[in-house]
Amino acid sequence: MAEGRPMQAQQTQEMKVATGDRPILPEGARTVPIYIMGKRYEVPETLTIMKAMEYVGYKFVRGAGCRGGICGACSTVYRKAGDYKLHFGLACQTVVEPNMYLTQIPFYPANRAVYDIEEIEPTADSVYELYPELFRCVACNNCTKACPMGVEVLDYISALKQGDIARAAQLSFDCIQCGLCASRCMGELPQYHIAQLARRLYGKYIQPRAEHLKKRVEEILSGKYDAMLEEVQRMNREELEKLYEEREREPDLTPPGAWMPKDIRYL
Amino acid sequence: MKVSYYPGCTLKSKAKNLDESAVAAMAALGVEMEELPRWNCCGAVHSLADDDLIHHVAPVRDLIRAKEQGAEILVTLCSMCYNSLARANLIMRDDEEKRRTINLFMDEEIDYQGEVEVVHLLGFLDQRIGWSTIREAVKVPLRGMVLAPYYGCTLQRPRDVAMEPPGSFQMMRRLLEALGSEVVHFPAADLCCGSYQILAHPEAAESSSAVILQTAVQAGADALVLSCPLCDFNLGKRQASLLEQGRIEKEVPVFYFTQLFALALGVSPDLCHLELNTPSCISLLKQKGYPFDLDEAERV
Repeated sequence: MAEGRPMQAQQTQEMKVATGDRPILPEGARTVPIYIMGKRYEVPETLTIMKAMEYVGYKFVRGAGCRGGICGACSTVYRKAGDYKLHFGLACQTVVEPNMYLTQIPFYPANRAVYDIEEIEPTADSVYELYPELFRCVACNNCTKACPMGVEVLDYISALKQGDIARAAQLSFDCIQCGLCASRCMGELPQYHIAQLARRLYGKYIQPRAEHLKKRVEEILSGKYDAMLEEVQRMNREELEKLYEEREREPDLTPPGAWMPKDIRYL
Repeated sequence: MKVSYYPGCTLKSKAKNLDESAVAAMAALGVEMEELPRWNCCGAVHSLADDDLIHHVAPVRDLIRAKEQGAEILVTLCSMCYNSLARANLIMRDDEEKRRTINLFMDEEIDYQGEVEVVHLLGFLDQRIGWSTIREAVKVPLRGMVLAPYYGCTLQRPRDVAMEPPGSFQMMRRLLEALGSEVVHFPAADLCCGSYQILAHPEAAESSSAVILQTAVQAGADALVLSCPLCDFNLGKRQASLLEQGRIEKEVPVFYFTQLFALALGVSPDLCHLELNTPSCISLLKQKGYPFDLDEAERV
């Protein structure tokens, strides 16, 4: 970015289309001062941090992804003037406030263990072997305080220390892998990678399987439906329409097992 | 009666035989051990450095959770958890400066001043249930068994959090006698089992544990009874290695006090998870001819 040049002006000239949070301010629009990496900018008060940064001239090559609050690419740390507390949010979801001091932390280094999910067992010991640093946790709770998704990070780390993979998987379900937990950890844990391992073990080995789905897949593979499909494929448009219009349909809210079609050839 | 209960991580993973037998035994006495809905590691080892407060944060957070539940007392079982929770509690109760620092650090939590009392289950039985009540509740007296209570380090040290005064050894004796057993005190009952030295200096730890097991046998004990998963690791789970090295002469059954407690109260052996103990435990119970169905435990 060019030193000293007002970026708003530069952007305004280059951009022709003003959509949504347009760079040309409507008359009477209010602006608020924010500090991006220590530099002051005046931005329209209703923008998200991400839009505000683009408004003042930043162009994201990293640190922006879905813009919908779920990909975890735009994690942002900020303080408010006069407040000792650190605040955390996603740039694409957090609306600017006057005098916020912010920086984005789109990536935070955290060791990720390498494993073959087919080879490891769904036991707490597997987690401990891959991530022994789990036991460096001192329960300071900085991880939970840092989570922009409101995940109880300390609680899922505790669940793993208690050997409860299922609970850890459930508690960490909303994790978007942004890494802010790891950035604040005094035990230097890579929480979000550990949680991902827990969810993988849970999904593959612990979560109950849908038995009816397995049965249906077996039926399909055994060729049970091949002849029916071929029959339908051979039909012309008129025949297909007739078949559709004359189809039998189970009435709404029928109790299970109370209705049977008249044509039971395919059951 | 309901009482708030802090199990501890190991009781939920490697030492289910301590956790589940205790909960079942207390249920048989009409006491519901209500596990804290949220809890974290107790800190495991109490930090002695005067300016190291961060390592008290974990136990204090657990005590705050208990306070949030409106608990006046928090019952726990594992000797290590008991020790670290009780010592952190003393700091929060008695040391104004440290209390202030820790409460400030915990800024999003409620303030804590040591309001909850940390009680070991044996102390709870002594003070709130009474040994005569337990004696009357026994369905299968454990007659004919000579048991050696092993206290280890952390139930009685330091003095200001001691479950009972160092050198006293009465609580486990009273419980086991109420269950119908004969109890023998042996002079190694409060020696260190080797503790975490089993990781860095296994030989030193094995010397310590061998002395304890040998002394108990010499005192005429059929089995050792204890309250700590780390002691059980060194004294129970490491026995195969001790035997192999010739450090002990025979296998010594090692029970958690809660397992014998539950069995005597008529709790199903399945809930005592004897399969997690050394095999000699089941052999001893069979040999004594108690009417327990131990086959299931043996199969697991």
